[in-house]
Amino acid sequence: MMSSWQVIVDAMPLLLQGLWITVKIVVISLLIAFVIGLITGLMNTSSNKILKFIATLYIDIIRGTPLLVQMFFIYFALPAFLDIRIPAETAGIIAISANAGAYIAEIFRAGISSIDNGQREAARSLGLSQVQTMRLVILPQAFRRMIPAFVNQCTISIKDTSLLSVIGIRELTQSGEIIISTNYRAFEIWGTVGVLYFIIIYGISRLSRVLERRLSLK
Amino acid sequence: MKKIGSLLITGLLALTLSACGSSSENAPAASDGTGSSNEVVTYTIGTDATFPPFEYEQDGKYVGIDIDLIHAIGELEGFKVDLKPMNFKGIIPAITAKQLDAAIAGISITDERKQVVNLSDTYFEAGLSLVVHSDNDSITKPEDLKGKVIAIKKGTAGSKKAEELAKEYDITLNYFDSSPAMFQEVVNKNADATIEDFPVISYKLAVDPNANLKIVGERLTGDQYGIAVSKDNEELLQKINDGIKKLKESGKYDEIIKKYIGTSAK
Repeated sequence: MMSSWQVIVDAMPLLLQGLWITVKIVVISLLIAFVIGLITGLMNTSSNKILKFIATLYIDIIRGTPLLVQMFFIYFALPAFLDIRIPAETAGIIAISANAGAYIAEIFRAGISSIDNGQREAARSLGLSQVQTMRLVILPQAFRRMIPAFVNQCTISIKDTSLLSVIGIRELTQSGEIIISTNYRAFEIWGTVGVLYFIIIYGISRLSRVLERRLSLK
Repeated sequence: MKKIGSLLITGLLALTLSACGSSSENAPAASDGTGSSNEVVTYTIGTDATFPPFEYEQDGKYVGIDIDLIHAIGELEGFKVDLKPMNFKGIIPAITAKQLDAAIAGISITDERKQVVNLSDTYFEAGLSLVVHSDNDSITKPEDLKGKVIAIKKGTAGSKKAEELAKEYDITLNYFDSSPAMFQEVVNKNADATIEDFPVISYKLAVDPNANLKIVGERLTGDQYGIAVSKDNEELLQKINDGIKKLKESGKYDEIIKKYIGTSAK
């Protein structure tokens, strides 16, 4: 029997590669999700019925189905149906960003509607256009209030990437499974994988607290 | 209104709790196998969830060569079988974690596995085949895999073989949890090939002519299937080996194989 430390040390290179893939997918997905969320969130607060309907439909579909099913659908079902090829990592990024995008849209909507209506009226009566009002007055204030919710979604998305192991992406969880399938040392490997996730997520939580303090209005 | 709501919730809670209670009573954890001879011991036996013709679901029940064999062995040796279908990669770890007493899941007998669990005598001669998309004419032997992508199932003899080949040629490996996911990967052309146990792939091609897959080249190895048993339970290993022997002698073994594959195993 190898010692526990030896097992962990041997597994480290593979696990760190997996961690890198996890971080890469999360960063790209969250950037895309942020754009999706902003656009959908604005559509949702607009007075145009059609835009509002599209946004609501998208959010409801994403929120009403499990992420795992969304992943299977994008990776296994769509390519077979449309006769196209989607590489696993692309499918993973599509799934995570579409999923996080819907939740971020809701965060935007809540943030925007939390800003007092007087702000909008004041900006409009100062002669700002609708777009300027949104960009210069509403969004900056709303954004500050949204930070905790964003960070929360960010940590959720990091944990969600562990599901990507089912479509064969070698992220951190998949790397752990592959190592255990040959050495059967579940305790050491899952312990290490858990610690690696924790370091990343805890780091982000600390970072967000700093960000909140920086942006808070004195 | 509020009262009714809280009553409902309490009722539901009570129901779920009682359901949990009763289900845990008739699903014993892995037993220590020290049942006295006059009461029937129940063993928790793991199996793969999707591995036809050895184990698969049909009309809501698990059937297949392995399922019939283990039940037949149980009948002969006087133990009850509590079947637990799961992801293949979790089966051996579940035995070492004492969640299962044994497992029958087309498990190839290997030295690595022998270190952590006991393996019974051979009950099936399998072997691995190289499988590609039916349009693919460029791969006919392992050497052709240079620079290609192979889909494999975690913790299988096929994955071990693929890892060996990857050391020799420049191959990318994509890991999955089940045979269907792995085959889908090749059908969708996200992977160029897969390595699967010969009886499983030949059965798949026989029942699913539109599978878009084909077997190429010779069998890569001559694997043998054994039943994995916890190292803490020598008695069960004895019973299982005894059962396998009796089934082969009585002709019942050939009957089970014929039922699923149509030809008796040689």
